[in-house]
Amino acid sequence: MKKTPVLTGHGLRNRRSQTIFIVTVALATLILITVAGLTMDPEKYATDFSVKNQAPSAEHLFGTDWMGRDMLMRTVKGLSTSIYIGLLASIVTSVLALFLGVLAGTIGRWATTAFNWMVDLFMGVPHLILLILISILLGRGARGVMIGVIVTHWCPLGRIVQAEIMSLKNSQYVQAAVRMGKSKWWVAMRHMLPHVIPQFIVGLVLMFPHAIMHEASITFLGFGLPPEQPAIGVILSESMKYLTTGIWWLALLPGLSLLAIVVLFEEIGSNLRLLIDPFSAQE
Amino acid sequence: MTEETAAAKRVLLEAKDVSFRYGSGPWILRNVYLKIYEGERVGLVGPSGYGKSTLSRILSGYEKPTKGQVLWKGAPLPKEGYCPLQMIYQHPEKAVNPRWRLQDTLNEAWTPDDELLAALRINKELWFRRWPNELSGGELQRFCVARVLGPQTEFIIADEMSTMLDAITQAQIWNVLLDVARKRGLGMLVITHSMALAEKVCTRIVDLAELNMVGHDA
Repeated sequence: MKKTPVLTGHGLRNRRSQTIFIVTVALATLILITVAGLTMDPEKYATDFSVKNQAPSAEHLFGTDWMGRDMLMRTVKGLSTSIYIGLLASIVTSVLALFLGVLAGTIGRWATTAFNWMVDLFMGVPHLILLILISILLGRGARGVMIGVIVTHWCPLGRIVQAEIMSLKNSQYVQAAVRMGKSKWWVAMRHMLPHVIPQFIVGLVLMFPHAIMHEASITFLGFGLPPEQPAIGVILSESMKYLTTGIWWLALLPGLSLLAIVVLFEEIGSNLRLLIDPFSAQE
Repeated sequence: MTEETAAAKRVLLEAKDVSFRYGSGPWILRNVYLKIYEGERVGLVGPSGYGKSTLSRILSGYEKPTKGQVLWKGAPLPKEGYCPLQMIYQHPEKAVNPRWRLQDTLNEAWTPDDELLAALRINKELWFRRWPNELSGGELQRFCVARVLGPQTEFIIADEMSTMLDAITQAQIWNVLLDVARKRGLGMLVITHSMALAEKVCTRIVDLAELNMVGHDA
């Protein structure tokens, strides 16, 4: 008699626990990198001209740059800065979008009109210019970048949320709830919000790389973070100068790490969506 | 006996010269007059496309008539608070929030007692924690029926509520509904295209083709 192996492992016997496992691992990695970066001793990526421009080796896994700084340490430090900025900016942005979208869809016609005007206003101005202006206005640094991203990026998600709310308004269960004497706010919170959460999470996840890219690009242009701060944007823009001289590791390895972080984040997003979707509850 | 007839004369729900159309499209309903008295169960029949569902939506206050008005006990329908008129829909899967567990849907307006749940054959242990997509249409419709039978409900509009159910489920649900309606004196408007059903559950049958003046134009 042969037993057919049905279970993939004791703790991973169905899709749901697999999903939880993936989310936990991804979250742990992100937290680990962030904490490692935030608590890192600056000595670890200090200038040391005796080991400059070294290719990746056992001692310096990511190699060293033209000032002999260890690139692995700089990358981790930079990633933590990027995660911090990206996370904060994308969370605030999506919450703002959710709030405004729900508000515009719930209150009434004039709120919808005002909302659409605001969206058109912010989407009419090129992001980068607005970002630069806001960043300069707020004295550069991480705070300026974050507020710039928040102000310019809530529109698309806000519009999606608002459209979803408008279509939910006509659904039978929402109308039934209204006939049961439920208030607009109650209906919005209890009936509508659960339907917007998937879009919200996807929006949040997509916002994260966007925020990091913007941070990198305005840093590259000299309006963002100061160059002495090890951020991925700074590292990447600096490495461009050395790429043609054959120093490939300066761009490739930090770039891949950034990619890995973005993928991890997307993995968390799509798995979270699975977890809260009733249609996958029994998988 | 005389008291009962006097009470039966009281008008509960009245459509007064109701006309309806979407935008400037063709008239769907025109000059509809309908009075439903206390204690009556009125069956509204008519071929499909004659505006049965539209009229039911207007009567229950979901849709505003383009002309005319709907009166509940002689006054316009209340706009806020629990509406004494509640609807049961044709498609239960559309009438419950797909992202709510069924016990939340059931208890949205009130908490039905075990007796009612038992009568409707709602399986508490098995179904309460489930999502709507995991139950069949007939099972969901039982929840929709229980949901609207709260103490403040005085009138039920059932829009083809049993059309897509099998015969046994139909009979079960109608028995419970009629039982509650008799006990509590609920008024009822039953919209259906099945004459047999209307004759079985209603005290009076109205043909929308006769009420609706749209059909009389040509």
